[in-house]
Amino acid sequence: MPKLKLEARSQPSQMWSYASPLLALACTVAIGVLLFALLGKDPVKGLQVFFWEPVKTGYAVGELVVKATPLLLIALGLAVSFRSNVWNIGAEGQYILGAIGASGVALMANPATGSWIVVPVLLAGVLAGLFWAGLTAFLRDRFNANEILVSLMLVYVAVQVLNFMVFGPWKDPHGYNFPQTKTFEVVTRIPRLFAGSRVSIGIIFALVGVVLVWVFFFRTRSGFAQQVGGLAPAASRYAGFSSRRALWTALLISGGLAGLAGALEVAGPIGQLTPYVPAGYGFAAIIVAYVGRLHPVGMVFSALLMSMFYIGGELAQSRLGLPKSLTGVFQGLLLFSLLACDMLVNYRLRWIALGVGK
Amino acid sequence: MTTPRLELKGITKAFPDVVANSDVSLTVMPGETHAVLGENGAGKSTLMKVIYGSLMPDAGQILLNGQVMRIRNPKEARANGIGMVFQHFNLFDTMTVAENVWLGLARTSLEQVTASIVAKATEYGLDIDPRRAVHTLSVGERQRVEIIRALLTRPELLILDEPTSVLTPQAVEKLFLVLRKLASEGCSILYISHKLHEIRELCTACTVLRAGKVTGVCNPKEESNASLSRMMIGAEPPLLEHHECQAGSTTMVVRNLSLERDDQFGVDLQEINLSVCAGEIVGIAGVSGNGQKELLYALSGEDTRSPHGSIRIGEVDVSALDPGERRRMGLHFVPEERLGRGAVPTLSLAQNLLLTRTESISIPRCAGGWIRVKALANHAERLIDRFHIKAGGPNSVARSLSGGNLQKYIVAREIDANPKLLIVSQPTWGVDVGAAAQIRGEILRLRDEGCAVLVVSEELDELFEVCDRMYVIARGKLSPSIPIAEATVEKIGEWMSGLWDRSVPGEARHA
Repeated sequence: MPKLKLEARSQPSQMWSYASPLLALACTVAIGVLLFALLGKDPVKGLQVFFWEPVKTGYAVGELVVKATPLLLIALGLAVSFRSNVWNIGAEGQYILGAIGASGVALMANPATGSWIVVPVLLAGVLAGLFWAGLTAFLRDRFNANEILVSLMLVYVAVQVLNFMVFGPWKDPHGYNFPQTKTFEVVTRIPRLFAGSRVSIGIIFALVGVVLVWVFFFRTRSGFAQQVGGLAPAASRYAGFSSRRALWTALLISGGLAGLAGALEVAGPIGQLTPYVPAGYGFAAIIVAYVGRLHPVGMVFSALLMSMFYIGGELAQSRLGLPKSLTGVFQGLLLFSLLACDMLVNYRLRWIALGVGK
Repeated sequence: MTTPRLELKGITKAFPDVVANSDVSLTVMPGETHAVLGENGAGKSTLMKVIYGSLMPDAGQILLNGQVMRIRNPKEARANGIGMVFQHFNLFDTMTVAENVWLGLARTSLEQVTASIVAKATEYGLDIDPRRAVHTLSVGERQRVEIIRALLTRPELLILDEPTSVLTPQAVEKLFLVLRKLASEGCSILYISHKLHEIRELCTACTVLRAGKVTGVCNPKEESNASLSRMMIGAEPPLLEHHECQAGSTTMVVRNLSLERDDQFGVDLQEINLSVCAGEIVGIAGVSGNGQKELLYALSGEDTRSPHGSIRIGEVDVSALDPGERRRMGLHFVPEERLGRGAVPTLSLAQNLLLTRTESISIPRCAGGWIRVKALANHAERLIDRFHIKAGGPNSVARSLSGGNLQKYIVAREIDANPKLLIVSQPTWGVDVGAAAQIRGEILRLRDEGCAVLVVSEELDELFEVCDRMYVIARGKLSPSIPIAEATVEKIGEWMSGLWDRSVPGEARHA
């Protein structure tokens, strides 16, 4: 009887490193169909909700881009971190701090303020994100504290800071005691690109980010040094690249971008600071980064895909009466399928007949 | 006619890219010491793993004492009287000798194991204390533990993989005594090596492998180095041209360098004094694990804890400079580990240039500089051509090259930088004879052009071949230097045990 055998490839397969995310998507869809069937829903309708509805109309595509923007921004930063072997798991916290920082400035505006206020709003978001990630970098650098734990734990601290602000000093006095700030002045609103769509200049920041990160990775010596630190720490030390510098660079870039995403969100689609600002983008962006192969261009696609899951989950709730947590199920399925399919990059499957070697 | 202890018939083992063994046959008689000779990558280790059950052959038969055997794992091999001493030891540093040996044995108490270790040790003159923790043992002592562990299973066939690469010449002599005694008791020995003189001294039969095939079976005592070498590499090794050394001004001086280990099982450096002049090759001999690693980290700048003023290049104190800064002063370094330190395994040859070279970088002030991809690829291409490196091209990833070719590439990368001082660790470790000769030739040429060269190697033959002057490192201390003309294998071997203080003081004048 023949047997299926895994055989190590001598070189990682170029073809499979591109094909693996597609195969993973196919697996996710297949398992999704099974899932819909098991829940007693029409699988075709289920798939429609997830993969067709979000691109059916111009407005829907706009919504897709609105959700993809923060995911892409955060994922770009995370890719810099992950490629440097710095495991920043706390982008969600940096995103929240960015939202808080931006809100602080936005709350200072009054109806007479000029629209230049948008610039300090965004800058405040970036700086707050930098600061939050900088805490992790400092603790790692100074005390060799594990950055995975520190950055993750700081997410929960960030949530408490957010709660303190909206339950305390920043609570809207005319807000019927709801834990939220007043709605920001219109001048602080992030400029939108088109009428009739919520797509803002955030997507331009994200696309410029894609180009800059690509250049950094593949055309600058600093970017090269950054990645060598992740691929082979001993080689990095041998070359004389500073690992401290790599640590700070990675965390500051990812923190700053996550903070920017938070600012764009709170001064954009949301328009006020509420306890519901943390939507899990910081964690979902980890999946975006990996499904996009930590490659700036790949992440554009994976951010759109992940955004589809977000919208699909919401639609599944309203149209099919399924829980919204379906979004998380699909995200998880995609990540697990990808991890499984990635095996094919380094291994090949072969049927071998038993009994050879007698 | 007696039945052979071990007979291999038509063993073939293929890996995805390479046929490691192709139709290999081999016969070992009882009590015979049989050499398996071949270059790195000739398939010796694969063959031994097949015999020891770590690998299953694709085709062929293994006969033990005339019986066809199917050895599925090392445990079955041991049960059938096959023992093996690996080149890389499988010992737990934090446990004692007895505990390590005990791990592999079933149904005995630690006391019994300790007693049997002592008994075996006395029987074969292998001096070892079973209660000592392994991390306190020297490399030679660790090997003794491995040998005793193998002997406790009462093997009829003992396989030794490159056993002398970690030993001083004196320790090699002791090992040979043990092996001769074993053979006289009827135990067959398979002795893997690429050192011709050892094989001629110890073995009575020899099977030569080249590129996975048997290229000769002979009695090594009746062969010359040249004829064995022809069987092994298909040609005689090229001779090196060694001119008189024209030592110039001092390039690097190390003064009273003491450095505490920063890893638990490392070695403390103690009062190292060392100098290298332009136009000379200085060697550092010693058994591995005596402080070479720590010294090289301190010299290259990967470890910058060296005391102020202890390392100078020319007149400049470089003790606090990082590797990049020292490189800008003309110090280039080839580390012992190729994959992961000298080169990033998953990056291309061209990208690996960027570790130590900046010729293809422009606008260095902005984000470390802009990488000119085309220039970088051309540069890699030139190195590949000039040093005859077998590689797919500048875009092949480092890990796809054979060990020897990658080493050539790394050496090429550093030599091509026209260094003022080149430090090379284990220049030809795991490199085939042809490539080794080429690397040594390049190092000599560099010296003739006036570069100062420091070579750290465990291979005494190599040091004697290229060096003008030699130091020996033992337990973190460095001996005085000795001109190569005054050095003998016996003396260096003695120094490798740290016994240079016994020598006449007059000989230390070069220190």
